Amino acid sequence: MTAVAGGVEAVARFEDRYRALQRRKALTTGLGALLFAIVFVASALVGEVEPARLATGVPNILDYVYRTLPDISLRQPLTDIGEWYWAIDLWLLLMLDTVLMGFVGTLAGAGVALLFCFHAAANLAPNRMSFWVARRGFEFARTVPELVFALIFVFAFGPGPFAGVLAIAVHSAGALGKLFAEVNENADPRPIEALAAAGAGWAETMRFAVLPQVLPNFLSYGLLRFEINVRAASVLGIVGAGGIGEELYLVVRRFIYPDISAIVLLILLTVSLIDLGCEWLRHGLIEAGPARATR
Amino acid sequence: MIGAAELAAIRAAHPRVFRRSAAERARLALAWTLFLAVLALGLWRVLPGWEAFVAGLGKLGFLVRFMIPPTSGGHLVEILHGLAETLAMAFMGTFLAAVAAVPLGFAGARNVMPVRLLHFGLRRLFDGLRGVDSLIWAIIFVAAVGMGPFAGILALAVPDAGTLAKLFAEAIENVEKRQVEGIEAAGATAVERARFGILPQVLPVMLSHVLYFFESNTRSATILGVVGAGGIGLQLAERIRLDDWQEVAFIILLILVTVAAIDWISGRLRRRIIAA
Repeated sequence: MTAVAGGVEAVARFEDRYRALQRRKALTTGLGALLFAIVFVASALVGEVEPARLATGVPNILDYVYRTLPDISLRQPLTDIGEWYWAIDLWLLLMLDTVLMGFVGTLAGAGVALLFCFHAAANLAPNRMSFWVARRGFEFARTVPELVFALIFVFAFGPGPFAGVLAIAVHSAGALGKLFAEVNENADPRPIEALAAAGAGWAETMRFAVLPQVLPNFLSYGLLRFEINVRAASVLGIVGAGGIGEELYLVVRRFIYPDISAIVLLILLTVSLIDLGCEWLRHGLIEAGPARATR
Repeated sequence: MIGAAELAAIRAAHPRVFRRSAAERARLALAWTLFLAVLALGLWRVLPGWEAFVAGLGKLGFLVRFMIPPTSGGHLVEILHGLAETLAMAFMGTFLAAVAAVPLGFAGARNVMPVRLLHFGLRRLFDGLRGVDSLIWAIIFVAAVGMGPFAGILALAVPDAGTLAKLFAEAIENVEKRQVEGIEAAGATAVERARFGILPQVLPVMLSHVLYFFESNTRSATILGVVGAGGIGLQLAERIRLDDWQEVAFIILLILVTVAAIDWISGRLRRRIIAA
């Protein structure tokens, strides 16, 4: 034991330190648990969560879901499905509108994002001022919820799909602008230096040195955003901004139960189809991207 | 410099560098035609008349001018209560979703649930739950259990339970097998295997996902009030209807600050969990 100089003392110091660490860990865990409990109770109070309400609510919800189920008999299933989707022509037209809203909105948003994403990239911004403005602008556009923009645009332009498209476009510009700027920041600096050395201006450098590198990534992000925006467009109708959401909100408020399940299912199917198509296109892009670059 | 003759030789040797093949050109032309046709159809369905557009722009300009300066207009307590409701909804919604997603995630993982049909069915159920937007769930729950934050909590919890269960199941499927086998070799039951073999490996991932969902739910919860499901969205929608633009601007700014604060806190917690 005495082989180590000050051995006993060192062990005692170690024990002390160990106990102190243990105490600190216990204290952190205890404080965390206490904080969680306080937040939990406060949330339950403010959120009006009561066990009694949950107990009455769950049967209500199950009953509601049960009522929306269509009445399809085995004897004549096709006729029954036809009856369930009695307004299929109107719904398909509204669904088409919804998808087109997502498409035009994504395109417009991507256009704005493309225009300003070079300013918002730290390595490419021509000056600090434009960098700051582009960054804050994108941040604002993506943090304000789409539905809030939709409410404001419905007030200004009146109900209809245009308000929805604008809302989607503004939000997408913010979300895509940030992603595009991140892609730009990872661009290979050598072509940029080469063009600058050859005497190209800022805009020319962006167009011929940066854009060819980043375009496949931009397209891939744009397609992802399109998927998200079709989902968003399907609910914007709730505030009067066009698309199938308006019809859905109507049948929910009028308690036309089978129509609710019919429209929700239609939305689900359309969204899945769009997802599949976009995935297929993205795979095509990823395969085409490097091949074109090496040719 | 390359002479004209040399250039012609290069051109002949590598035609594809200078000109795309006919098939490729046809494909590109088709893709562009399709794209432009869809765009034209979209613009035709979506664009308003010129007069409506100009009038709308004018109205938008007015409304932005009326927003300055943002004030709470003496309704600060009411607005803050809406904000508190929003945060409470986000918290409880995420909590309920996480609690439901743990057993669902275990049941939906291929290495825990050996019955293929059940595993497949559960995964499709998760897809169905998360395929429907929380706002659609909100209008349904408002109709089923009445207006108020309770409907909003359920509307956040149901789709999130689906998404979290899917993420949990994927995390569980990717655990290190040897630890589970070690526990099994020591004679553990199925529950003990999940508790001591799998859970310690996936808990940090799960917590980090849950925190991320709390952030995203804070954003979602700000708008659920528009359909009567509690939170600050109700105040916002009311004031837009009443033309109270100064207060609208105040509420929007408040939402921005809150979302930024929650992102910051949750981001720090997430980094600590991942580091530990």
